[in-house]
Amino acid sequence: MPITLETLHSELNLKLLTPESDLSREVTAGYCCDLLSWALAHGGTGGVAWVTVQTHMNVVAVATLLDMACVILPDNIDPEPDALQKANDESIAIFKAEQNAYALCGQMWAMGIGQANRS
Amino acid sequence: MKVPVDLHIHSCLSPCANDDMTPGNIAGMAALAGIRILAVTDHNCALNLPACEIAAQALGLQLLPGLEVTTREEAHCLCYFTTVENALNFGERIEAALGDAMNLPRLFGNQYVMNAADIITASVPKLLIQSTKLTLDELDSLARAHGGLLVPAHINRGSNGLLQCLGFLPDSPRFAALEVSPTAPAPLCDLRGHHILNSSDAHRLDAILEPAQYLELAEATTAALFDLMERWYRQR
Ligand SMILES: [Zn+2]
Ligand SMILES: [Zn+2]
Repeated sequence: MPITLETLHSELNLKLLTPESDLSREVTAGYCCDLLSWALAHGGTGGVAWVTVQTHMNVVAVATLLDMACVILPDNIDPEPDALQKANDESIAIFKAEQNAYALCGQMWAMGIGQANRS
Repeated sequence: MKVPVDLHIHSCLSPCANDDMTPGNIAGMAALAGIRILAVTDHNCALNLPACEIAAQALGLQLLPGLEVTTREEAHCLCYFTTVENALNFGERIEAALGDAMNLPRLFGNQYVMNAADIITASVPKLLIQSTKLTLDELDSLARAHGGLLVPAHINRGSNGLLQCLGFLPDSPRFAALEVSPTAPAPLCDLRGHHILNSSDAHRLDAILEPAQYLELAEATTAALFDLMERWYRQR
């Protein structure tokens, strides 16, 4: 059975910050990086769940460009308001989590979510 | 004399800046604001500096040529030069060191090159807000080789500020000054012994409403300002 954003939402106990997001979207891989240019070059394409502490609007631009499934902010951090606005405009789901990045990735790996394809 | 300056302004070449940040509009706003020396510092590109210099001089203002370079650590670092020509030569090296992602104007914004009549003459295809492959030290060597000086930008800002990117103020390279953003929380590091610049980092015309700072200079020229920054650099 495919893993969807809904599965991540409930299994990882995430808080959804973009209420209009379609949670039936499939999550095909995971990725973790805080350098936006690095993520742009190595984040893979299509259906990736991206864990990052960056909260800038450009996170959404990079996620859109790579057709990612969602962005997950660890450590209970909030995105900048214009990032949230852009995420709504671009239909990118943003979650925040109590866990840190290491725990989130570990949990996703345990669920069977592998690494993103090298683009 | 106390010279009113603003040393960090983006033109329409920066994707995140408004399209009406044309050379003529920037110079016009700066003149109205009473600024005598302005620095246009686009992200990783110098191509609007020739038009900005002409537009500034037409209104009796002086341009300090600059770029805001993204290091490999994704820190934003201002690089200032004595002449537009030096900045353009340095800019060619920066372009070669930039990553390969192309700009998508819908997502990131337009990257317009303009002439002094505010006419679009080109659009830069590579995404200008991605990072270069240069470390801070490599950037310093490259800037010095073109007679330039480094000032890390908005060091106290969460995104792309030096303190956030590295976690501390590095011992090397040597900086002429540190730019501290007035809108972000005060920097959590010891600023004693550093010269501090406050600039607008304007991305919109209405961010250029007053001089960002007054500097004590022998005369209101780019040469006198660069001399002062060279002295700051040597004191470090
Ligand atoms: Zn910046
Ligand atoms: Zn800037």
